[in-house]
Amino acid sequence: MTKQVQQLDRVIIRFAGDSGDGMQLTGDRFTAETAQFGNDLSTLPNFPAEIRAPAGTLPGVSSFQLHFADHDILTPGDAPNVLVAMNPAALKANLGDLPRGADIIANTDEFTKRNLQKVGYAANPLEDESLAEWRVHAVPLTSLTVGALEGFEISKKDAERAKNMFALGLLSWLYNRPTDATVKFLEVKFAKKPDIAKANVAAFQAGWNYGETTESFSVSYEIKPARLAPGVYRNISGNQALAYGLIAASVQSGLPLFLGSYPITPASDILHELSKHKRFGVRTFQAEDEIAGVGAALGAAFGGALGVTTTSGPGVALKAETVGLAVTTELPLIVVDVQRAGPSTGMPTKTEQTDLLMALYGRNGESPVPVVAPATPSDCFHAAIEAARIALKYRTPVMLLSDGYLANGSEPWRVPEVDDLPDISVDFTTEPNGDDGAYLPFKRDPETLARPWAVPGTAGLEHRIGGIEKADGTGNISYDPDNHDKMVRLRQAKIDGIDVPDLEVDDPDGDARVLVLGWGSTYGPIAAAVRRVRKTGAKVAQTHLRHLNPLPANTGDVLRSYDKVLLPEINLGQLALLLRARYLIDVIGYNRVRGLPFKAEELAAVIQDVIDSE
Amino acid sequence: MSSSESLNGKGLALVPRADGPQTMKDFKSDQEVRWCPGCGDYAILAAVQSFLPELGLRRENTVFVSGIGCSSRFPYYLNTYGFHSIHGRAPAIATGLAASRPDLSVWVVTGDGDGLSIGGNHLIHALRRNVNLNILLFNNRIYGLTKGQYSPTSEIGKITKSTPMGSLDKPFNPISLALGAEAGFVARTIDSDRKHLQGVLREAAAHRGTSLVEIYQNCNIFNDNAFEALKDPAVRDDITVKLEHGRPIVFGTGENEKAVRLSPYGGVEVVRRSEVADSEILVHDMHSPDPSLAFALSRLDDPAFEHVPIGIFRSIDRPAYDQLMAEQLEAATAEKGEGRLDALLHGGDTWRIA
Ligand code: SF4
Repeated sequence: MTKQVQQLDRVIIRFAGDSGDGMQLTGDRFTAETAQFGNDLSTLPNFPAEIRAPAGTLPGVSSFQLHFADHDILTPGDAPNVLVAMNPAALKANLGDLPRGADIIANTDEFTKRNLQKVGYAANPLEDESLAEWRVHAVPLTSLTVGALEGFEISKKDAERAKNMFALGLLSWLYNRPTDATVKFLEVKFAKKPDIAKANVAAFQAGWNYGETTESFSVSYEIKPARLAPGVYRNISGNQALAYGLIAASVQSGLPLFLGSYPITPASDILHELSKHKRFGVRTFQAEDEIAGVGAALGAAFGGALGVTTTSGPGVALKAETVGLAVTTELPLIVVDVQRAGPSTGMPTKTEQTDLLMALYGRNGESPVPVVAPATPSDCFHAAIEAARIALKYRTPVMLLSDGYLANGSEPWRVPEVDDLPDISVDFTTEPNGDDGAYLPFKRDPETLARPWAVPGTAGLEHRIGGIEKADGTGNISYDPDNHDKMVRLRQAKIDGIDVPDLEVDDPDGDARVLVLGWGSTYGPIAAAVRRVRKTGAKVAQTHLRHLNPLPANTGDVLRSYDKVLLPEINLGQLALLLRARYLIDVIGYNRVRGLPFKAEELAAVIQDVIDSE
Repeated sequence: MSSSESLNGKGLALVPRADGPQTMKDFKSDQEVRWCPGCGDYAILAAVQSFLPELGLRRENTVFVSGIGCSSRFPYYLNTYGFHSIHGRAPAIATGLAASRPDLSVWVVTGDGDGLSIGGNHLIHALRRNVNLNILLFNNRIYGLTKGQYSPTSEIGKITKSTPMGSLDKPFNPISLALGAEAGFVARTIDSDRKHLQGVLREAAAHRGTSLVEIYQNCNIFNDNAFEALKDPAVRDDITVKLEHGRPIVFGTGENEKAVRLSPYGGVEVVRRSEVADSEILVHDMHSPDPSLAFALSRLDDPAFEHVPIGIFRSIDRPAYDQLMAEQLEAATAEKGEGRLDALLHGGDTWRIA
């Protein structure tokens, strides 16, 4: 039987199951196949903080959403076209996001009385009329997998566990994905357990074959490769891109990378990634706590390394005093904050933009710190280099504000040429800069106001620095009131004077009256929403802040040139507060703090409302 | 034998040596020393300044890192590189510095409040990790810079501004704590005995890995004479137990001569010299791989300073963290070659769009 093949321009799939069902792996593999095929894509993993919440319960549901298309896309998609539900909990937890008419592929084997009861289903929704408005494909994934693996030298439990690969095979057939890489991946992943490897490959192929033969699926789909800019692409997550950016910054600066870090969700993957790259001279130090992580990074920076610490909000709170020390000793340091839902422990695996004010102001004293925020997962690479550039050029700690959405989300990335990366090399000071051969550690560069950087081992420049206020120039301890006032202002002026590029506005016709402004990870959803609004013929301009401190010099002018400025933020209006105070512009906030990224549809409606109220 | 092991006992082998002889003057900075007159810190500073030339290292490769407190002003008075950091964090900062720069001689100066209270966590982890650091813990059993509150080494019942009815908490014994934290080199000395102090510093510097030196230091303003018994010529020899490697542990004079032997309870005990046979007297072995006896010796001053051991409790060789870290970098490079950025960026599954 040859089945019909239908063309689509984009699809959103959500794999959902129990934490133990391997949904993240399944999603990752489908993503790899899709990337290899050449679609543009964007992903959104969503998982509980608990490693294994009780099986079959709503809190235990883990999901992975993938949006792929034959054109460039900006978000992981609002609402799935297809939901793969490995159990009743996965169905129940995700059904609310599923538009009528969407496909549901449900693993009927798990829809037992007990599992249904666990999540409060009185009757089996696959069997009554409650899902009549969706297209339900009831597939006994577990028993089909176990059946396909009969005769393999593996336990029944291992056979059942391969059901995610059966599901992956089925979906790979349904969307005509290439399969070679997944087969190879499984062989490598289970290289030490060849029986398990064979079984997983067999389950994957059985899933594919099932699609081809079953009557439950009459159509398969094709989504043509996207026409992206020419170049070599790879799929990359925010955390991986950030780690690569730090390595690139080390190479481009000529300084060895030293990471001091303490494990914390969702930043730990940066530590894991960097610890794999020791042949780049990368030293990773898993410290006893957050404070030691940043302390060691600062100590390494004093010694001439590119000092980095990676963490999330609670860790930034603990590091604050050391960041202040870096501010006053004027040493380069990169503090990566992969923001997550707070306050306190909050929701560790969920995303938020709620650390902006802490990054800017969460220290004692006048303690200005530059802040850079990447816009997309792959942009984490370039943002890391930019953070390093500022830190090294101006001798200052820099906050790099990623978040959970960027960290775990992924997208195709056009791999840059090394020659195109900025040169951020540093000249250490090796000669005295004062009268009579004296070294003045706080004599500033007249242009950048940066102080010289002489590292231990440099003869004749022995000097002491510390947290006590320093006399301008000599750096000796000083309690002089006027000197303190001067130093406070100098440190501020140095940060205010950092060279950051002007804001660029996207306004195709140049006559929009409403501007949508964003910062950080909201870039994708905002840009997607702006596209939707423009498709209706309405006019809207868009701009995005990458530097939150200092703000681009033209920020005030840009904001003032529109009747209305809309600012969506995943917080209660932190940037809005700053812009109002600084520019006396009454920006319109749109704020949701649900631990999830904005949806394009949601933002499009908000933009339309603001335009309509003109 | 890996190269980390070959450095055992050569604490400063990777630090470049000075071209010519140095003097105490070379290590004095131009900053005015601002401790209270009579403070024990002066004696320690002078001892360190006159000891450093002996090491014969390039001055620019010597770094002093400190936290907060009276003792932590130390780096300002030495003409080396120095970092006066924040309360309790000096071991963490020094760890990053020493782990990334094995060519430096890194010293941490801390106090009982800085190192054992707010920074206790960093101290114990530095000790177990064994980065090449020399940690000088000035113990004056009081908070000086914040004006006289009791510290984590103050005796129970200490009357201070924050404890008008006496402190309630049991103090730390820094030596016991360090031994429990897997320290490879643990010693105690006293500000007033320059010869002993410098002897201990010499051994600490030679030890590769973290060495902890507790220095009894008199705070004449807030806790004067805390160690008077160890200084008073009338009694000091009767209570000071000088630990010397390979020598039987005896102390005191004349009638008061005493000896240390194993106790039936698994520890050690002090007995009259006249009551024990020579063969029963414990011979100090600072290189013993088992820290139990060193720990037992560290308990001799508890309670109440009846007999106080000073000297090196423990000095054992094990690979230093910085060296092991460097070896991992070398091994990774040897296995796969030096990292190339373009290869890294183009790694993984890639595809080309024309
Ligand atoms: S307060 Fe005590 S420890 Fe501090 S400088 Fe004065 S005497 Fe020395």
